[in-house]
Amino acid sequence: MSDTARSKLQRILSEGHLAVTSECGPPRGSDPEAIKEKAEMIKDYVDAVNVTDNQTSVTRLCSMAACIHLKLMGVEPVLQMVTRDRNRIAIQSDILGAASFDIPNMLCLSGDHQSFGDCPQGQNVHDIDSMQLVQTVRMMRDEGKFLGGAEIKRPPNMFVGAAANPFADPFEIRVPRLAKKVAAGTEFIQTQCIYNLDKFEEWMKGVCDRGLHEKVHILAGVTPFKSAGMAKFMKKRVPGMDVPDEVVKRMSDTPKEKQPEEGINICVESIERLKSVEGVHGFHIMAIEWEGKVPEIVERAGLYPRPKID
Amino acid sequence: MIIAEKKPIEEIIGYVDDCGKLLILGCNECVTVCEAGGKKEVGILASALRMYFLNQGREVKIDEITLERQCDHEYLEEIRDVADQYDAIVSLACGVGVQFVAEKYHSQRVYPGVNTCFLGATEERGRWSERCQACGTCILAYTGGICPIARCAKRLLNGPCGGSSNGKCEVNPELDCAWQLIIDRLKALGRLEDYEKLLEIKDWSTDRAGGPRKVVREDLQI
Amino acid sequence: MRLTYPTSLRIIRVPCSGKVDIIHILRAFEKGADGVCVIGCREGECHFKTGNFRARRHVEQAQTVLDTIGIGGERAMMYNLSSGDGPLFAKYAEEIYEKIKALGPNPIRRQKKHAA
Repeated sequence: MSDTARSKLQRILSEGHLAVTSECGPPRGSDPEAIKEKAEMIKDYVDAVNVTDNQTSVTRLCSMAACIHLKLMGVEPVLQMVTRDRNRIAIQSDILGAASFDIPNMLCLSGDHQSFGDCPQGQNVHDIDSMQLVQTVRMMRDEGKFLGGAEIKRPPNMFVGAAANPFADPFEIRVPRLAKKVAAGTEFIQTQCIYNLDKFEEWMKGVCDRGLHEKVHILAGVTPFKSAGMAKFMKKRVPGMDVPDEVVKRMSDTPKEKQPEEGINICVESIERLKSVEGVHGFHIMAIEWEGKVPEIVERAGLYPRPKID
Repeated sequence: MIIAEKKPIEEIIGYVDDCGKLLILGCNECVTVCEAGGKKEVGILASALRMYFLNQGREVKIDEITLERQCDHEYLEEIRDVADQYDAIVSLACGVGVQFVAEKYHSQRVYPGVNTCFLGATEERGRWSERCQACGTCILAYTGGICPIARCAKRLLNGPCGGSSNGKCEVNPELDCAWQLIIDRLKALGRLEDYEKLLEIKDWSTDRAGGPRKVVREDLQI
Repeated sequence: MRLTYPTSLRIIRVPCSGKVDIIHILRAFEKGADGVCVIGCREGECHFKTGNFRARRHVEQAQTVLDTIGIGGERAMMYNLSSGDGPLFAKYAEEIYEKIKALGPNPIRRQKKHAA
C-alpha cells in the first residue's frame, strides 16, 4: 500500500492527540472554486475535512470529485458516502475510485430521506444500510475481496468511520447501536451536533461502561449557532436534534448583533467541557455555511496548532 | 391483502370515451374488502359513467359483473361467452386481475379501474397501511415480527436511523418509526439483546431485483 | 298540524338514513331526479349511533361523483331533523324545493328528451 493513502486522521488519533475535523458542502454547480475557498479557510486548523454526499438529499457536485479537489490542494478529505443513492455495485466501484486517488478516510451513512430534497419523487436504493457499508469497506480493505468474493487488485486502504446520534430515539438502544457499528468494523465516529451535554455525557458513560471507547475513536460533533432563529429551528424542525431550552434562551436573550459571537462562545465552551469527557478523542466542527469561523473556534478551544504528522 | 384505491373517474373516462358498450368487472376478494373494486364500487362506477355519457348525449351500454376472483382461470372463464361483446372491459381488480383478464382475452381492450397500492391490513374502516413488500425472504423472525423493509422509509436492516423522534419517522410525523416498534416489541419479549445481532447484507434476488418471480410446487402439480 | 310543503318532493322512507348508500343516490339521478336530499336524525341522536354520520359521508361521496361527471354535486344534500319536528320539516322541504328549482332540471333528463 502506498504511503500517501495512509490517513493522517488515523495517525493523529492513534498517537493520542485530540483530532479536529470539519466539513464542506459541495456547491450546486460545477465550479470547484466554492469548495476550494472553503477548504482554504480551514485547512491549517483541522486534520481532515468531510465532504458531504448530497446532504439533505439536495443534488450537488459529487462528494468524490470534491474530495479529489481537496486532495490535490493538500487537504485530507473524508469521503462521505450514503447508501440512499447507490447499489452495492456502485458503492464498491466508488470506493475503488476514491482509493485510486488515495482518499484515505470514509464516513458511511444511510443518508437523509429523499423526500427532504430536490427530488422527492425519486427512488431510493438502500440495497445495504450504513452498518453493512462499513462491513463492505472493511471486507474490501482487510480481506482484499469484493462482496462477490473475487479478489481486488490493490485493495482500498481507508480509515472507516460512521455517524452516531446519541439524541435520537429510542435512547436506550443508542449505546447498543454504537456497539453494533463497532462490531461491523467502524474505526471512528462523528456524532450528531451536541447541545445537550448532560445527555451526551450519559451516553458516553454507557459507551465507556461497555468499553466501546477503547475500540472506536469518538469525535464529538459541534455546530455553532449563527442566530437565535437557527437555534429555534434546530430545536423544532430538525428530527433527532436535542437543543435544551436554556441554550435557546441564552441565544434569544442576547442582542441580535451579538448572537453570532454568543453562538461561537457556546460552541467553544462545549468543546472545553467535552474535552474532559472520557472517550472523546476529538471534535467534528460543522460550521454550516460558516466555515470562516472554524479557525477562531479551533484557536479559542485551545486546539491550535494542529499536531504535525509525517 | 392487496390494498387498492379507486382511480379518478375522469381518468377512466379518458380510457373509454370512444366506447359504445362497456363491461365493468369487479372482484370479490381484496379490492372488495378495501372498498375499491367490489360489487358496490362496480355499481357506482357504472352509474357514474352512464350518467356521464347521457349528459354528453350518448347512450353507452354499461354492464356490471363481479367475479369471485380475477386472478384464477376458473372464475375468469365465467365471462368467456360475453367478453367479446364489449368495446372495452374496465377491471376493478388489482393489477394482477387486470393483467390476467388481458392475458386471457387477448384481443379485448382492458383498462385498470384502480391503483394497486400495497400489501397491507385494515387499521380501521377507511384506513389501510402497508405491512409487507413481498421480498421473498422473510426476516420477521429477527425483527420481532415487524418488517423494517416494508415499514422503515429507508428499509434499514440495522436501524433506527438518527431521524427517529418520539416513536415517529422523520419522513412523516404520522408514520411510526418501524425500529421503535421493533425495539418496543423486543423489549416486551425480553429479547432486546437480539437487536445487537448484525443483520447480514440482504439477498435481494428473491425481491423484484431478480426479475419477475415464480413459485413452482412440483408436489402440487399433476 | 296541516302543514303544507311542495308536492313535487317524493318521500322515500328508510329504516335509518345510514342505509342510504351512494349508489341509491346516484341511481335516483340516473333515473332523472333533479335533486336528492337525505334527511337524517339530529347529530348525536341516531338510534344506531352513527347512521346519520354515515349518511353524510355517502352524500359527500355522491357529490364528488356528480361534480366530476357534470351533473353538479349541489343537487345532492343532507339535512338533520328530529322526527317529531313537523314544522321544521316543512320549512326544510320548502328550502330544498327552492334550491333545486334554482338549479333547474337534471341535465340528463334534458339530454334524454333531446334524444327522444
